[in-house]
Amino acid sequence: MHHAHPHTFSDDIAELTGQDPSLCYQCGKCSAGCPVRAYTESPPNRVVRYVQLGFDDEALASQTPWLCAGCMTCSTRCPKEFDLAAFMDAVRQLGIARGVKPPVADMRSFHESFLSQIESHGRAYELGLVFSYKMASLHLMQDVDVAPEMFLKGKIGVFPHNVRNTDAMKNIFRRAAEVKE
Amino acid sequence: MNIGYFPGCSLTGTSKEYDMSLREVLAALDVRLDEIADWSCCGASSAHVTNHLLSVALPARNLQLAKEQGMAEVMAPCAACYNRLVSAQHEIATRPELKGRVEYVLEQKIDGAVTVLNIIELFQRIGTDAIAAKKTLDLDGMTVACYYGCLLVRPAALLGFDDAEQPQSMEALIAATGAKTVDWNFKTECCGAAHSIARTDIVVDLSKKILDDARAHGADAVIVACPMCHSNLDMRQRKMKNAADGHADIPVLYLTELIGLALGIEHKKLGLDLHFINPGPLLARAARKEVAA
Repeated sequence: MHHAHPHTFSDDIAELTGQDPSLCYQCGKCSAGCPVRAYTESPPNRVVRYVQLGFDDEALASQTPWLCAGCMTCSTRCPKEFDLAAFMDAVRQLGIARGVKPPVADMRSFHESFLSQIESHGRAYELGLVFSYKMASLHLMQDVDVAPEMFLKGKIGVFPHNVRNTDAMKNIFRRAAEVKE
Repeated sequence: MNIGYFPGCSLTGTSKEYDMSLREVLAALDVRLDEIADWSCCGASSAHVTNHLLSVALPARNLQLAKEQGMAEVMAPCAACYNRLVSAQHEIATRPELKGRVEYVLEQKIDGAVTVLNIIELFQRIGTDAIAAKKTLDLDGMTVACYYGCLLVRPAALLGFDDAEQPQSMEALIAATGAKTVDWNFKTECCGAAHSIARTDIVVDLSKKILDDARAHGADAVIVACPMCHSNLDMRQRKMKNAADGHADIPVLYLTELIGLALGIEHKKLGLDLHFINPGPLLARAARKEVAA
């Protein structure tokens, strides 16, 4: 892609998502319907504004992309048809790629623990996920109110479900990590 | 009728009653499920958070397996899997440079397309007449709130399934069971999805609002078609008891369990004993009336 101006964070997002963050005209409809707005420091439209104005560090330090539940209420209601959920995904992905300390550390621990099970086994492995997340987050007492019953009901797999070729799964993860989008 | 089946990880563990009830109900309705051999996780809801290419490649692997195994259509009962499979296929079809990268990651060519259905679309195809014809129990003593959540209906333009703000497809199906449905406000509000472990506080808050609204509109159960929604609305009621305004239990059933009840399938076979909130008292009260032969 050729630009008359130096390559920006906004350009990185446009390349990842196929949509230009400058589309947003800051009406705030996304923030009005956002289910996690009450739990984070910035409404979603402010994170878009940071990117529009070149405040990369502020966007990457915001908890909002990390608390985004991916519900797509914003994307559905946006009068400019700007896909906010895809934008938030891109901010997280770029933060990870740039080695930025995740603003909500537990969310990142969870996602990485989940994906490490898929990388090793091909399918989610509940017991592995629980151990991996607890060790990464150090929330050792997480869910002690429901875990024993989950176990008794047979809802926590004791053994992993492996795909036939687990090496092929590892290759998918390795190759996806090495390609620059 | 035969249909390709992508169970997804939840249905093999945390929500195995969804898989049990699905298999029982479809067998009763003469639908055969062909499970995609060697399927793998679709990556929801973590891959799209960390690596876009991985979030497209993981669903693409499964769609490719389905095609190789001769399937033209695949049904994904989990709303998150359904959403990821449809999204990935759309992105590959509309972004040629991405398709090339996915082929590199998977080390194989991608060709053709598979129609991906959600559970409601499959029941629509089976038809309410077929369900009504096999009904042995009229559930007209039950009043339920149909909860769609996010990923079954959004983004509507991509999924092409139901209205994103006021969906009605589940209500239309449930009419065949005799159960009454309520009009309510939270049918497409988010339950907090995959935040259940890392931010349980958010999930408990959001899910409680959903259940409170269902109850306020006269529902005695909430019906879902997503394993994440189910575990948030059912299992997290344990923590809702600590809320300042208290909490009264309300059963949360899968759509397949409700239809299974109307078809007269045993509760245990539908996995109704595997929920955190026991639906037994409600079922004993509501589902007594047998359909006249």
